[in-house]
Amino acid sequence: MTILKGTDLGISFGGVKAVDGVSFSVGSGQILSIIGPNGAGKTTLFNIVSGIYVASRGTIHLADEDVTGLAPHKLAARGLSRTFQNLQIFQRMTACENVMVGRHLREKCNLLPALFRTPSVTRQNRETRAAALDLLAEVGLKDVADVPAGSLPYGACKRLEIARALAAEPRVLLLDEPAAGCNAVETEEIDHLIRQVADRGVAVVLVEHDMKLVMKISDRILVLDRGRPLAEGTPREVRDDPKVLEAYLGQHGAREAARA
Amino acid sequence: MGALLNQRFLTLVVLAAVIAVLPLLFPSSYYFRVASLVWVAALAAIGLNILMGQAGQVSLGHAAFFGIGAYAVAIGPTHLGIPSWAALLIGAVLSAVLAYLVGRPILRLKGHYLAIATLGLGVLVALVISTESGWTGGPDGMPVERLTLFGWRVSGSYTWYWVTGALLLIGTWIALNLDETPTGRAFRALHDSEVAAQVVGVDVARFKLQAFVIAAVYASLAGSALAFMNGFINPDQAGFLHSVELVTIVVLGGLGSVVGSIVGAAVLITLPQALTVFHEYEHLLLGLIIIVSMIFMRNGIVPSLSALLLRRARS
Repeated sequence: MTILKGTDLGISFGGVKAVDGVSFSVGSGQILSIIGPNGAGKTTLFNIVSGIYVASRGTIHLADEDVTGLAPHKLAARGLSRTFQNLQIFQRMTACENVMVGRHLREKCNLLPALFRTPSVTRQNRETRAAALDLLAEVGLKDVADVPAGSLPYGACKRLEIARALAAEPRVLLLDEPAAGCNAVETEEIDHLIRQVADRGVAVVLVEHDMKLVMKISDRILVLDRGRPLAEGTPREVRDDPKVLEAYLGQHGAREAARA
Repeated sequence: MGALLNQRFLTLVVLAAVIAVLPLLFPSSYYFRVASLVWVAALAAIGLNILMGQAGQVSLGHAAFFGIGAYAVAIGPTHLGIPSWAALLIGAVLSAVLAYLVGRPILRLKGHYLAIATLGLGVLVALVISTESGWTGGPDGMPVERLTLFGWRVSGSYTWYWVTGALLLIGTWIALNLDETPTGRAFRALHDSEVAAQVVGVDVARFKLQAFVIAAVYASLAGSALAFMNGFINPDQAGFLHSVELVTIVVLGGLGSVVGSIVGAAVLITLPQALTVFHEYEHLLLGLIIIVSMIFMRNGIVPSLSALLLRRARS
């Protein structure tokens, strides 16, 4: 079942068509990867889909509802969650608090009970913290739950962002280069984590440069070039596509992909 | 969790103890008055700190709300025959409504632009107060009727010390309450990364507005308290310099630190009193002390000192 569908999406910045006529769809439990060289429009596409940019053309459907142009927090309320290529963690909050913010939509959030700290607020807070600790355990960060997020190493921050995005219990998860800057072991962990998430029925859209990871876990791959779709298909189809091989994976990438 | 709860409780106990014990050291009623001024300024600063320190939005016109609170309790009883306590509530509601209406459009602005917009709000309110002299007494100010609660006439610097002290305690309690709630977390989250807060579902505009309204109500109540205490009010209380003073207290004491706002208020209110012995060098020294303390304690007095103590304790 298709849960997220983009149709003929396009956006321009001062005459430059950053994304131009891109369509894609992803079903529950599927992993769709978006690849392409730097400047291909992958992150821009993510920003359109998550509501940060408003597309100048095209439509986005989330669970058969037209959500084109909705604000990010409204998309989040409809089950869309994402991480960022350049880390966007809450530096001055602890790791646990970061994930607790991720539970925002699952919490009752009224001002007056908060100001007077009613027992229900305290109870809810305890539940949220417990849920956040579970997620931190899942991404291997339970030990640093009460450490300020700003002092965590890069790889840990990447995983923290994933935990925060998962805390919202999304139906669709957009991951923007989750393995960037991670070593082989960390990449392996992230690979494992993404599969787990997809197995739970979450649709995962992945932007990633690590071809080994992409080829291994994707159900489908969309290749972009200068804002335009170049190819789409299963990892095997994309890998064997001569256009993609030559222009975007290069000989080195092709060798790596063949090994994966 | 338990530790955090204790920390909040401990802060309140220490503050209550300080308020209770200080009078033992006071040789004259003048000290009670200065301390009351500190409590009032701290109350306003704690509110502003929720906006600036937690939600990360600046307001350079916050004295406007202080002025509205102050003039509400002056104008209400004098011109409209409203009981003093009701005028206080009306002032708070007016401040909240104004903050809501003005906040909606201007909180879309960021950084310097927001600073200028709030500055404009402050200037506007101060201007209205000093020109509507039929209601406000203009630049000369106007007298304020004494507060009467259930037949009890609240007056005298000794009484006001306890009233403002109790107000500060309540204000501190409420501000500390916010910390471990979805609302408090939303404030701090949008401060660190608006875009990340949005994508986890935080309605950023709504929470900025909430912080702005909370800060406005704090300032309004502090303004009312000062007007009652002084029995007189003038437009300076709503003016730009007072706005700057509030921001200075918040930054000097420590952004995001409730205790910092109290310490900042204590420093900024008592220091000029202590420095009067230097006569004409008073302001020069005050400025110097502020500059030096910001250089050496750039996170503000309380966060810097507590970090230092923590390091000492570890080594």
